[in-house]
Amino acid sequence: MSTVVLLLVTGLGLGALYFLVASGLSLIYGLMGVLNFAHGSFLTFAAFLGWETARALGADTWGALGVALLVGAAAGAIVAAGTELLLIRRLYERHIEQVLVTVGLALASVALFDGIWGTDPQFIRGPAWLAETTEILGARIPNNRFLLIAVAVVVLLLIVLFLRFTRYGLIIRAGVENRSMVTALGIDVRRAFTVVFAIGGAAAGIGGVLASHYFGYVSPQLGGSLLIFAFIVTVIGGLGSLPGAAVASVVVAVLQQFANFYLGGTGDLVVVLLLAVVLLVRPRGLFGRAA
Amino acid sequence: MNTVRRLWAKPAVRWGLAGALVAFAAALPLLNIVVPGVLPGPTYTPGALQILALALIFSALALSYHVLFGVSGMLSFGHALYFAVGAYGLGIVLERTGLDLLPAVGITLAGAILIAGVLGAISLRVSGISFAMVTLAFAQAGSVLIRRNPGVTGGEEGLGLPTAQVPDWLVGVADTRNLYWLALAVIVVVFLVVRWFERSRAGHVAAAVRENELRVRVLGLPPLRVKLLAFVVGSTLAAVSGMLFLLLQSGVTPRAISADFTLTILVIVVLGGVGSRWGAVIGGIVYTILDQRLTALAGSEWVDALPAVLRIPLSEPLFILGTLFILVVLFLPGGIVGLAGRVGRRRTTTGDARDRLEETT
Repeated sequence: MSTVVLLLVTGLGLGALYFLVASGLSLIYGLMGVLNFAHGSFLTFAAFLGWETARALGADTWGALGVALLVGAAAGAIVAAGTELLLIRRLYERHIEQVLVTVGLALASVALFDGIWGTDPQFIRGPAWLAETTEILGARIPNNRFLLIAVAVVVLLLIVLFLRFTRYGLIIRAGVENRSMVTALGIDVRRAFTVVFAIGGAAAGIGGVLASHYFGYVSPQLGGSLLIFAFIVTVIGGLGSLPGAAVASVVVAVLQQFANFYLGGTGDLVVVLLLAVVLLVRPRGLFGRAA
Repeated sequence: MNTVRRLWAKPAVRWGLAGALVAFAAALPLLNIVVPGVLPGPTYTPGALQILALALIFSALALSYHVLFGVSGMLSFGHALYFAVGAYGLGIVLERTGLDLLPAVGITLAGAILIAGVLGAISLRVSGISFAMVTLAFAQAGSVLIRRNPGVTGGEEGLGLPTAQVPDWLVGVADTRNLYWLALAVIVVVFLVVRWFERSRAGHVAAAVRENELRVRVLGLPPLRVKLLAFVVGSTLAAVSGMLFLLLQSGVTPRAISADFTLTILVIVVLGGVGSRWGAVIGGIVYTILDQRLTALAGSEWVDALPAVLRIPLSEPLFILGTLFILVVLFLPGGIVGLAGRVGRRRTTTGDARDRLEETT
């Protein structure tokens, strides 16, 4: 029983990370049709900046963690918005080229991080409470899992509130539904593109800082390894669907944890198998709209 | 310039030029040509031939990716998987069965076709961006399998070539020129196969699917079957390049199946020019030489002496290549071949009527 609880909560924590990456990917794809390969780099960049911030402020206080999260979110948002304005916008409506540009950005940025911070992982420290465990139903669960889940839920709520109750949210929802109609009504969707990129970047940035606490280190490869699972999550959940991304994140991560424990470390393979099954049975994903 | 173009249009001239190019490439190991700054030594030395052979392998790999991306418009992010199937497959078959090289190559080829057929059929359930992500996921699964089974694949250390079963004339540093000739023969065959596929009925349908899949379906042609065929042809050719890679490098490491390696193939194709066979070949050669030279540059004293702002970017070859790639995508959509074509055309007319039509629509 205690093992099941531990795997479940750890899976939820990992799912929270996947969601923070996948939510941005899914929103960006839904609105613009862009597969953003550089999303992992936004995450890594924010993780490094968050680490530097926390180090400068004294790593083991809650205040430092809070500031690091804010810095990470801001860094992610700024870099993402800059990418949209400088690179993506020039290739409006040319989806393949947009993907290629983000691929180039991902390659170049990871190499740059290698050059600046070195290829070895940098081990990090956070508030002491995060490193401790709490006992639930006999399972000793690392506390950082709870932080991850709480933050992901808050981010999900904020994004949902933003999409429901603001004018930009309305434009974005309408744009995902039918972009040419929104454009025809005389609304400049392109500003919404920048906003979506910034939101996705901020979520990835928060994810980056939290991922460094979940794994215990920061490395230039951090974003790339999470990005692949985030891709799988967005396809399973249905491209462009935020609830799909949330549900699929949890399903994928929990399944991964259980397979890793009970089926001898085959979590990654089981996830790819799940992807293949979903594609065979329901190619548009769990919550995706019919093409 | 017009006479040049008229001559170029004649098949005999084109075949003659291509033949002369291959003959020149075949004669390189017998010549003493020094290209300072590009090759580490004269062309008859093993070091230079090793780089040239590697360049040819990357060109062949880029040609195989051209079948998917350039001809059929399928953006795959898992092409490295089939390269690795070739390299690892051949190594494992040689090691486990004790067969000679040729039968082992046959078994590996059959395996590659089978794997490409099954995975292709599943991935092609979706198209466009989802297809890209799914192929990426399969390649990732392959990468995990290779890393997690060190007993079979050598894990992170990589797999060595069992040299006992390989003919003597392909082993050893002094035999690099034989490997180079083998690579040259393979790329000529790959080029001809790709050319044949592009000009076959299936190739024409594949190109039509790239332009407008719905229209192909309305015409009553089977888009899925043709896409799958293109996928299997491209993947099998990638496996052939992988086998050659194993022979040339006397081994293979998990880097050959990483997502970065797939992206490298994409960089090569885009650098050379999407949709052009010669573009893929030129891209492979330019990329390999750039990669070698940039690595040498990164280690040079000249770079070490620079301030950190310049030193860090310049000492990362991938940073320079990535930036170059972004610039090519943004400002040079036809890659190197497109640039050459544009320069040639500007001298004669302001552009073909067909090009102008394509630009306006």
